[in-house]
Amino acid sequence: MVMQSAGTGIEAQVASIVDGMKGMEGPLLPILHEVQKEFGYVPQDALPVIASGLNLSRAEVYGVVSFYHDYRKEPAGRHVLKVCQAESCQSMGSDDVAARLRQALGIDFHQTTPDGRVTLEPVYCLGMCACSPAAMLDGEVIGRIDADKVDEIVAEVRA
Amino acid sequence: MGLIHEVDYGTPESQAEKQVTLIVDGKPVTVPEGTSIMRASMEAGVEIPKLCATDMLDSFGSCRICLVEIEGRNGTPASCTTPVSEGMVVHTRTERLDAIRKGVMELYVSDHPSGWNEERGTGLSEFDKVATEVGLEENRYGLDGRNHVAPGNGSLNIDYLVRDESNPYFTYDASQCIVCSRCVRACEDVQGTFALTIEGRGFESRIVAGMSENFVESECVSCGACVQACPTDALREKTVLEHGMPERSVVTTCAYCGVGCSFKAEMKGDEVLRMMPYKGGDANHGHSCVKGRFAYGYATHRDRILKPMIREKISDPWREVSWEEALAHTASEFRRIQHQYGRTAVGGITSSRCTNEETYLVQKLVRQGFGNNNVDTCARVCHSPTGYGLGQSYGTSAGTQDFDSVEESDVIVVIGANPTDAHPVFGSRMKQRLREGARLIVIDPRRTDLVRSPHVKADYHLALRPGTNVALLTTLAHVIVTEGLVDEQFVRERCEWDAFQDWAGFVADEANSPEVVSSYIGVPAEDIRGAARLYATGGNGAIYYGLGVTEHSQGSTAVMAIANLAMATGNIGRRGVGVNPLRGQNNVQGSCDMGSFPHELPGYRHISGDATRAIYEELWGVKLDNEPGLRIPNMLDAAVDGSFRGLYVQGEDILQSDPDTHHVAAGLAAMECVVVQDLFLNETANYAHVFLPGSTFLEKDGTFTNAERRINRVRKVMEPKARYADWEATQELARALGLDWNYTHPSQIMDEIAATTPSFANVSYELLEKMGSVQWPCNDSAPEGTPIMHVDGFVRGKGRFIRTEYVATDEKTGPRFPLLLTTGRILSQYNVGAQTRRTENVVWHDEDRLEIHPHDAEQRGIRSGDWVRVASRAGETTLRALITDRVSPGVVYTTFHHPLTQANVVTTDYSDWATNCPEYKVTAVQVAPSNGPSDWQVEYEEQARRSRRIAPLAAE
Repeated sequence: MVMQSAGTGIEAQVASIVDGMKGMEGPLLPILHEVQKEFGYVPQDALPVIASGLNLSRAEVYGVVSFYHDYRKEPAGRHVLKVCQAESCQSMGSDDVAARLRQALGIDFHQTTPDGRVTLEPVYCLGMCACSPAAMLDGEVIGRIDADKVDEIVAEVRA
Repeated sequence: MGLIHEVDYGTPESQAEKQVTLIVDGKPVTVPEGTSIMRASMEAGVEIPKLCATDMLDSFGSCRICLVEIEGRNGTPASCTTPVSEGMVVHTRTERLDAIRKGVMELYVSDHPSGWNEERGTGLSEFDKVATEVGLEENRYGLDGRNHVAPGNGSLNIDYLVRDESNPYFTYDASQCIVCSRCVRACEDVQGTFALTIEGRGFESRIVAGMSENFVESECVSCGACVQACPTDALREKTVLEHGMPERSVVTTCAYCGVGCSFKAEMKGDEVLRMMPYKGGDANHGHSCVKGRFAYGYATHRDRILKPMIREKISDPWREVSWEEALAHTASEFRRIQHQYGRTAVGGITSSRCTNEETYLVQKLVRQGFGNNNVDTCARVCHSPTGYGLGQSYGTSAGTQDFDSVEESDVIVVIGANPTDAHPVFGSRMKQRLREGARLIVIDPRRTDLVRSPHVKADYHLALRPGTNVALLTTLAHVIVTEGLVDEQFVRERCEWDAFQDWAGFVADEANSPEVVSSYIGVPAEDIRGAARLYATGGNGAIYYGLGVTEHSQGSTAVMAIANLAMATGNIGRRGVGVNPLRGQNNVQGSCDMGSFPHELPGYRHISGDATRAIYEELWGVKLDNEPGLRIPNMLDAAVDGSFRGLYVQGEDILQSDPDTHHVAAGLAAMECVVVQDLFLNETANYAHVFLPGSTFLEKDGTFTNAERRINRVRKVMEPKARYADWEATQELARALGLDWNYTHPSQIMDEIAATTPSFANVSYELLEKMGSVQWPCNDSAPEGTPIMHVDGFVRGKGRFIRTEYVATDEKTGPRFPLLLTTGRILSQYNVGAQTRRTENVVWHDEDRLEIHPHDAEQRGIRSGDWVRVASRAGETTLRALITDRVSPGVVYTTFHHPLTQANVVTTDYSDWATNCPEYKVTAVQVAPSNGPSDWQVEYEEQARRSRRIAPLAAE
């Protein structure tokens, strides 16, 4: 392997995260969490640094990162809105909720508004089936979403 | 002659001793406990359809095709993951199973091009066969909606990936992929590279290389294990996509490194479509590397010379002539030279690339036809110290183990070898064992991949200064002796006790302690002590070494020091231990065995032995000289002096591969008749007067002997492109010289070898046909060969400890030449590159680079990619720099695969004290920025260009 160039800031920061955590048992996921906490996402440039630190291949680290939807490839908006699309919520009208949100925010799933305020994502079950349709805004769950609640949510993320 | 079909049992063999009997579709079958139902069925002759299973990999159970019903159990378990049990009654074909299989296949084709009725791929993959087998007729799910197959039905389909054509030898078409993970598992478990993974999950999951990179830019080493494993056409050889599936195959042996992998050469007509590793090959068990599997294109490269050529002077252009004329001319020249300058004025060089039979004939030609012992071989420049050193210590000149032995090693010591690059298939085996938990000590000035690469990490990397091997090995012995780690029982029973005591006293001297030695070898004393303790006490300790040990002024001493370590710790004579030279070339072991050295007749018997000479004198009807002849360097010296004038070189490029190029060139230029027999106009041919076209391993019958002494058959798959196989050409030359040689097949040559050489006494083509391969010694006391040597006693009787005093090389750094240059190989290229440079392998390595530590580079104002001048006391060359911390400060490294680099212009003519093996691994150099190729390189290019002219066949 060619000697790593002096490196971007990302590489140096990730290297220090890896150094601090590689002694843990099963260190890969905690390191990825830490990287995401640090940068708001898991930059592609971080993966070779993690791979080399843990003596894994790039492919292995990439395979893990891509498996978990929660590891982001790019920074999210200031708010993250996850709308449940699983069976129970679907039967209670989550398609409609999603359509309204998409329309109101002007973005599709997996997209972030141009002003960086909000990222919209599908999620497959929040364990809130009793309160379908459900969503999660910045880590807080919202149940029994109807048209009014959609407006409320939109107002909040736009604020 | 059809395509050889190897049975795929679906899951690996169980090693359990307990046997279990079960009934599969009414047939009773008995198998070892732990066998899968799938494998047991196959052994009963019942093939269960499968997609994700293959017997090179552990079972995985993802494809849901191999389901069976078991009486008394619910459901339909997967036969690949369900182990057999006593009295089990299994049904593999029931209505229920047929329906399930058909249903699963229908789901597969709902997202597969075969569901599109689109001809893509070969139509002959395992997947296609299973589809036919289950009677799949329809796809009720339709072809609309999300899929991976086409770039969208009117809309942009993000699930579609364009075909990856980046690898020169195979393509990856994700639309054909069923994500069975066979390729990922092959890359991890068999090859040990971990270059592939599954991206995403669910419908989005698919196979990608690296971080979703194209193959050639990923970590992939192009070994092809994934292509071999793929049950669909997703990963497929480009040759097969272009020409269709092969029609016939022949089992033969790879002609690259000393691992000696068995391959099926799979052909269509007279063209090799692919080389498929042969699972029945005991050296490789169905695995391969990028060279053996893919880099055979040189065999049909347009640079091959297919007509004999002669010329008066080396400044003349070549003139194509008939074989008869070339041979008659050669014979008359050699006779003239011998008449004029004496019997000893001519000689021959045998090739480690050619077969045992061919090598035997060349030395026979020299001894019988030329009447002298001036025969040598390229092993002179690689493993001659192994021959000498192990011969002195153990009584025989070869590795002690078979490759399978590594599976039982607990501590692996790798000294001056880079198996993952130079012996990749064995490197993968070693990595498998390391992943299972074996400990690893690497002794190498450079941080090779084994020191640290995914899932492999050396416990100790002793990055010594080049040239200090003997000091390090002796100080390891010091620790073992002074800390009481000697296996005294073994030593008392198996070795000469007096010699041991003398040796123990010598190594115990304070001057050999790590604390003293560490100051000049550059390795911390505590690492030395740790490594010595680990080797001595860690269980089965196995030493593997390469040219980093032998190519030194004390190469033979280092080999003996290694032999001492193994004896002192009792690591000899059983599986999992031993001393194993990793041989560089396909038949370097064999060429040494065949009497290629000037002092030895076949079987390492000294030429001075009257009894041995008598055997050949009687058979050949000549009187043999009882004095050793000239070694290669002596031949060149004698040529410069004027007493040596004619040389027959078969399949070796001494100008490029031997040290001190200027000296070699001067020697060759002084000769009157240099005969080069090779595939290409190699660098040596620039100084030749006669060129005889060579034949590739695909064009002849014969045998190669690999690093584990395994004699493997080479089988002809196509007619010689230049009329003669190499052994036939040598025979014709012998006849032109008036010898009465009448071999009609190489098997007759092997019979002669067997009849005259005790260690080969029982070797015959019939035996090889029967056993596949055999490891010498193979005679009445070991009729089936000898996988492990020195089991009950050393070949020489008692093992002999030999003092190994470290004497620093005369090649020293100083103010003018402050850096030490060492050399090595890279995975994709092979030696002087004559073959691999003529294949697509240049994608991975199109030039030699000088590796230099960032610290040394910065001092000299060198950036990565800059042209630099490397100058030694012998000469200078230029190449581009690669800045890396793989090398320590003070050490630089390069490969020698490209002739323009001419790394050997720089290397000196220092050599091993015992065998003249050149000291390639240590040269004091200075490195400075440069503008481009040196004057020598420019001149050389021009000279090479001129000397390669072939006169047009003009009307006379």
